[in-house]
Amino acid sequence: MTVRVEVLGPGCRRCTKLLELVRDVALDECPGVEARYVTDPVEIVRRGFFMRTPALVIDGTVVAAGRVPSRREISTWLAPHHIPLEVHP
Amino acid sequence: MTTVAVRRVDVPLWLTVLAGTTLWIVAWFLALPLSTWLAFDVLGLDPASQLGQAVAFFLFDVPKVLLLLTGIVTMVSFLRSFVSPEKVRGALAGRNAVVGTVAAAGFGIVTPFCSCSAVPLFIGFLEAGVPLGVTFAFLVASPMVNEVAIVLLWGLVGPQLTIAYVVAGLVVAVFAGLLIGRLGLERYVEDYVWKIRAGSVAINDRPTLSDRTRDAWRSTVDIVGRVWPYVIVGIGIGAMIHGFVPTELVVQIGGPGNPLAVPALVALGVPLYSNAAGTIPIIEALLGKGLPVGSALAFMMAITALSLPEMVILRKVMKPRLLATFVAIVAAGIIAVGYLFNFFTA
Repeated sequence: MTVRVEVLGPGCRRCTKLLELVRDVALDECPGVEARYVTDPVEIVRRGFFMRTPALVIDGTVVAAGRVPSRREISTWLAPHHIPLEVHP
Repeated sequence: MTTVAVRRVDVPLWLTVLAGTTLWIVAWFLALPLSTWLAFDVLGLDPASQLGQAVAFFLFDVPKVLLLLTGIVTMVSFLRSFVSPEKVRGALAGRNAVVGTVAAAGFGIVTPFCSCSAVPLFIGFLEAGVPLGVTFAFLVASPMVNEVAIVLLWGLVGPQLTIAYVVAGLVVAVFAGLLIGRLGLERYVEDYVWKIRAGSVAINDRPTLSDRTRDAWRSTVDIVGRVWPYVIVGIGIGAMIHGFVPTELVVQIGGPGNPLAVPALVALGVPLYSNAAGTIPIIEALLGKGLPVGSALAFMMAITALSLPEMVILRKVMKPRLLATFVAIVAAGIIAVGYLFNFFTA
């Protein structure tokens, strides 16, 4: 089963920064995991993220809201979904 | 990037903050002697000449303003991470028009604002039962009273005009909010907005002090990284105005002799949105050349409060009539501030 990763943000600079970070970590550590970017303000408010963007939601759990977490934090949250490197000489 | 296991050394938070603060203080006290040394000893300019003065002024003001921006924006971003938007909204929902509008204008200061957040903010406020007028007061105050504009005003123009700017901004926000509340324009909000019902969400995010500090520093780097070219260009143009633009010209075009100067400056401020960083140094120089205080204030307020991209975005939630009323009321308020200050400082 694939993990559902969502970045919520109406398009501000901090939001795009979080999206880039998440995509970057995913590409390195769990290829195949796609982050969905939710920019629709109505959906953002409807889901309860009033003035709490950028937010990162992994499998329905809000792990960060209103801030851009560090690469390391994102990596920890995605850790259960890591795809281990198999090439070991 | 290939994955290489690197053991990162964790520097304790207090050490980073201490080192950063020390560096900041050292830089602050070095700016003046370094700028004089650079201008008069390295470049060999004459301290008495106009050019020498302009260059020394430029070399001192640029680091001073950038240091002030970095320090204050970091602190404001850090403190802001403790403000709960839901609590602010809750506090505004049950109030009567006057108290709510004044509180909203005040809260507008402590809440970060970018034009992209205007729509979610508008929907979120109305959905929670915050009155339309109170919502507008917030929408006017939040971009106007922002830390970048305040730091630049304080650092370049001085505390008096900064306080005048903040107070006048709050007055315009309260005035616009009360008036829009009175006019009963609810039906000119796009209909779908009234149908939105927001859910609540459990936020599992408990950032530590060090997470907050790092995030504050990151957003400061982002903000200062974006505005520094404008600050340098603005201070450069300001320095040239100081040195080479005749006072008579400024007084003739922008002075009390030209009654249309205030509305013209307000109109000019609309497309200059978000460029407070580049415009304030120029305004400072023009003030020195005889631009009246009211005209300068009106220009500043128009730059921060009236923005074309924000209007385009707000059209998604407001029918044209409401949007036009909003812009007209804010513009009228700003022009009135300009004339009043010109009248009482003349």
